[in-house]
Amino acid sequence: MSTTSQQAATEGRPATGGSTSTRRPRRRRGTLNLRIGASLVAVVVLAALLSYVWTPFDPTQAMPSDRLQAPNATHWFGTDKYGRDTFSAVLQGARITLLVGVVAVGIALLVGTPLGIWAGMRRGAAEEVTMRFADILLAFPALLMAIMFAASFGASTVTAMVAIGLGSVPGFARVARSGTLQVMSTEYVQAARASSQPALRMARRHVLPNIAGMVVVQCSVTFALAVLAEAALSFLGLGTPPPTPSWGRMLQESQQFLDSMPALAIFPGVAIAVAVLGFNLLGDGLRDRFDPKMTGGKS
Amino acid sequence: MSSAHDDRAAAAPSLLSVRSLGVGLGEVELVRGVSFEMAKGERIGLIGESGSGKSVTSLALMGLLPDGLRASGEVRLNGFGHNIVDAPDRAVRGLRGDRVSMVFQEPLTALNPLMRVGAQVAEVIRIHGKAAGRAQAAQKAVQMLDAVKLPDPAEAAKAYPHQLSGGQRQRVMLAMALANNPELLICDEPTTALDVTVQRQVLDLVGESVKERGTGLLFITHDLAVVANTCERVMVMHQGLVVESGTTEEVFTRPTHAYTRALLAASDLEATDENGRLFTVVSARDYTPPASDEEHAKAQMVRLAERSADRLALEETESLAAAHEEQVIEVKELRRTYTRGRTSLFSLPGTVDALKGISFSVAPGERLGIVGESGSGKTTLLRILAGLDRPSSGSVTVAGNQVAGARESELRELRQQLQIVFQDPMGSLDPRMRVLDIITEPLLVPGQALNAAQRRGLAEKMVEAVGLPVSALERFPHQFSGGQRQRISIARALICRPQVLVADEPVSALDVSVRAQVLNLLADLVDDYALTLVFVSHDLAVVRHLCDRVIVMHAGSIVEEGPTEQIYTAPQHPYTQQLVASSMNLREEILARHA
Amino acid sequence: MLIRTFVNLARFVVSFVVASVLVFIVMRAVPGDPAQIAAGENATPELVEQMRREFGTDRPLIVQYWDWFSGLVTGNFGTSYVTRTELTGQIVDRVQVSLILVALAIIVALIVAIPAGTFAAVRHRDASGAVVSALSQLGIAIPGFLLGVLLVAVFSLRLGWFPSNGWVPPAEGVGAFLSRVTLPVMALAGVQAAILTRYVRSAVLEVMGEDYLRTARAKGLSPLQALLKHGLRNAAIPVITVTSVQLAALIIGAVVIERVFVIPGLGSFLLDSVGNRDMIAVQSVVMVLVGITLLINLLVDVLYTVLDPRIRQRTNA
Repeated sequence: MSTTSQQAATEGRPATGGSTSTRRPRRRRGTLNLRIGASLVAVVVLAALLSYVWTPFDPTQAMPSDRLQAPNATHWFGTDKYGRDTFSAVLQGARITLLVGVVAVGIALLVGTPLGIWAGMRRGAAEEVTMRFADILLAFPALLMAIMFAASFGASTVTAMVAIGLGSVPGFARVARSGTLQVMSTEYVQAARASSQPALRMARRHVLPNIAGMVVVQCSVTFALAVLAEAALSFLGLGTPPPTPSWGRMLQESQQFLDSMPALAIFPGVAIAVAVLGFNLLGDGLRDRFDPKMTGGKS
Repeated sequence: MSSAHDDRAAAAPSLLSVRSLGVGLGEVELVRGVSFEMAKGERIGLIGESGSGKSVTSLALMGLLPDGLRASGEVRLNGFGHNIVDAPDRAVRGLRGDRVSMVFQEPLTALNPLMRVGAQVAEVIRIHGKAAGRAQAAQKAVQMLDAVKLPDPAEAAKAYPHQLSGGQRQRVMLAMALANNPELLICDEPTTALDVTVQRQVLDLVGESVKERGTGLLFITHDLAVVANTCERVMVMHQGLVVESGTTEEVFTRPTHAYTRALLAASDLEATDENGRLFTVVSARDYTPPASDEEHAKAQMVRLAERSADRLALEETESLAAAHEEQVIEVKELRRTYTRGRTSLFSLPGTVDALKGISFSVAPGERLGIVGESGSGKTTLLRILAGLDRPSSGSVTVAGNQVAGARESELRELRQQLQIVFQDPMGSLDPRMRVLDIITEPLLVPGQALNAAQRRGLAEKMVEAVGLPVSALERFPHQFSGGQRQRISIARALICRPQVLVADEPVSALDVSVRAQVLNLLADLVDDYALTLVFVSHDLAVVRHLCDRVIVMHAGSIVEEGPTEQIYTAPQHPYTQQLVASSMNLREEILARHA
Repeated sequence: MLIRTFVNLARFVVSFVVASVLVFIVMRAVPGDPAQIAAGENATPELVEQMRREFGTDRPLIVQYWDWFSGLVTGNFGTSYVTRTELTGQIVDRVQVSLILVALAIIVALIVAIPAGTFAAVRHRDASGAVVSALSQLGIAIPGFLLGVLLVAVFSLRLGWFPSNGWVPPAEGVGAFLSRVTLPVMALAGVQAAILTRYVRSAVLEVMGEDYLRTARAKGLSPLQALLKHGLRNAAIPVITVTSVQLAALIIGAVVIERVFVIPGLGSFLLDSVGNRDMIAVQSVVMVLVGITLLINLLVDVLYTVLDPRIRQRTNA
């Protein structure tokens, strides 16, 4: 059979259709999104890390002599009505933003993904019930969930994190399930079943690696939503209680001085936008990298 | 390349004139220097494998290249003042659907899913102002649907595409293309997505329609027999170049280019070398192309008939002998009923009988072909044999293991004895696993106590057995071509040394030149490993080459069963007769041209 | 089609019941007696006991649930434990205000998003398309309350074109209504327009790659005609899905916007009730919000059936 290996070598290159053309620009935009997104996220992370070792002032320290200052050489972003340094508060606000995001995404990831994979692999009644339940939970967006939890358990960082996390579970369950269904319908899974691979190994060897990309994208997108929800909660006074600085509350407190001191609103506002934009772009970039055919819209 | 046809083209008024047409994608040239003349009413076939540039060429002729591709050269249609390649879209628009029209490969996606088909046909009539008002266009559309022989055209006009069958949809596409009586019809693989019997009907319809109307036809396909059936002239495309062109007879009986010869050799499933294997690209120089003059052709046909008679006799003695042995596969009264359309716990389930009580058995070492079109139940049968699906009733025994009602752990032994090779060379290998992990996966079942080094050793033997280098083990599936991926699938199926190998359309997604190689490999391995082969296919010629015995399935039942040659030469059941009559064979088509 | 509608109706009912159980568990069963909460931690045991009897929270939870749920269904939301007023009238008044906001916002968002998204898709290779895409990406990152604050700063405080807050019902003067509703609607619609633009763009891009669009061109239509005649309706289906999801987000978004612009809608009522620890009010308002969301899902499903003959047939067979 020595000739067969020559033959195999002549069997030509992998087929390339004419559709390759449409893929190119998107790929390029994908890496651009990825770079900008990663840079913005890095800025937020660095700000949070920096706040542990250095801030120009103690952001919780009121300085009555320095009340409501415009940005200047001492107070780069100005001060609020108690004379607290806005720049220091913005730096430290990154902490709570990231903390809430990490924990909420973690909860949603750890609960939603296995649930979705399980539903997609088991099919039948298990799938029907899980997904119906996920659909019902979809009627409780993260923010509504958080308001409910704040009402019954009191407003705190922990309540916010848990509520936003639970509110994001259905998203992960749906993504994981639809990915799992796709993988389970492929012939390589049929082949694995035809050689009696146990379900758990199948999940580990075939399903997880193949849906990992989609799940990572979901993490990034959910992170952006969690940042938004946390900011909105703090804005409503139902998030992290004072004096811990948080961007949403800074924005809310700025409202009464909007006319005289717009800087108070602008800096935390920009911070929120940077974080959300960063995670969204990161998600988009990752999506384009993992699968150039998935462009959002599809459920 | 220039031959007698150029003179003829010069004599007849030319319809289409193409001069050094090229298509490029950035720096890459997909098509180079394509030149040809088409006379009025002439039928030209454009043959090529995937990636040869044939589809791109056809789109360039319509001025419909996708964004990013650019054409160069000259395409002129008689009476049209511009060169289509660089004419403004506004001008070419007037041609499309009117003087030049096109039928695409996949009719389901080529039709707008949200629009009734009658309206879609009427639209092309209205765009070119060929009807006074909506009502008249609708009426004309119904006439066109009638002309393409859709049953009850008035009703059909009200249907949405998803309510029609594949063949009916392609008829709608044809009605749309012919609605304004074009001078040139371009068909891009119009029958590839269709079943064998439907393919024949649509093909005949295309042939009739263009002859009747005197329409010029450019027919793009990978199937040589289809071209031999339909076209007067042929162009063979390979890697963006037309490597050979001439009359159908010339090209198919006296090929001058090595690639044409290789393509012919690999497509001809009736010619075999001295080992009984198909000719491949490598062994093509020993191949004798089909003859067109009657004497030679008759001699060839006689030789084939003799061989067929020999096989028939052999098959009979074999099947007598086989009757005494124990059967490897025993299927009795197998039924499978699916519930469909159940959207939730509350809706009413509908049922579909995929298998309606079938029985058959397979002896050890036998090569059984299962032939059927889409919806025949052959895939369901195969899934049940592999323990991937459960029968609704009846019994299935594979190598002494009962499938019906077996628990997962009990199926393990069965699956060690029966392995599958799937159709899709892209989808059957996990893109994120290395070939080593893919091939050794069947060794990881509980009860197999091999260490990593032993598994690797077995994997190395298997890749060599399927004709791939050992270094392939470290690579990922996307680094291989379709044929190579099918070899990897075969290696995976055979690594645990099953008794039975089930192949589900393993070559239907492959190019012809690759197909012959994979079929030869399968035949070699079945011999070397003393396998029992169950080969599922819609392609009768492939089954005829490979199998001793055939089961013909239709709508969930076995309509006919018997030794291969008997089924092919003397089919009894009307469906089998239709199937045999519909399947095209290069040799017969060429001879038929001559007659 | 009838079967499908029936199935969806049944699904709506089941979802509503399950959701109400969830809300009840989170609001009542877990945190403890709402009478105790309403009375405050320093209340005497006698006072608490009296309130418990008054509001019926001394009865078993299952009875309380049934009381509340049957009230919900019949439109009787009960009495607030804190303000001692009937909830039904307040909720009905305020739901109207919120729905006006949400409806206007989604209309504005779609009016912006459909042309913008289509433009971005058609011009996806040009700089102009990229600019629209980038703007929508930026728009998504600016949450409604932030946009609201910025709008107030510019159009109300700087330019003085609109009042910075307040509410006038349309019946009491269209001019006054419009001047007060413009900024909150813009704040609400901004993010949604950005999000929907992205989805419209990707839906249109997807449709532009479909075979039937090529067929339409092969018939002699211009690229734009082909897109308008054959593409947009097909692109509408995924866009409707997203719009329905975004409507749910809008309803929640309105809660925050009402706070920014001091609008007496359901959102302000919810937040006031949370502030007052008025559990019965909170749980009822939450259920109204969830019910509206579920109702939108139901309507969208009916809309699919009308738009897509494939779905219509699937359930008839």
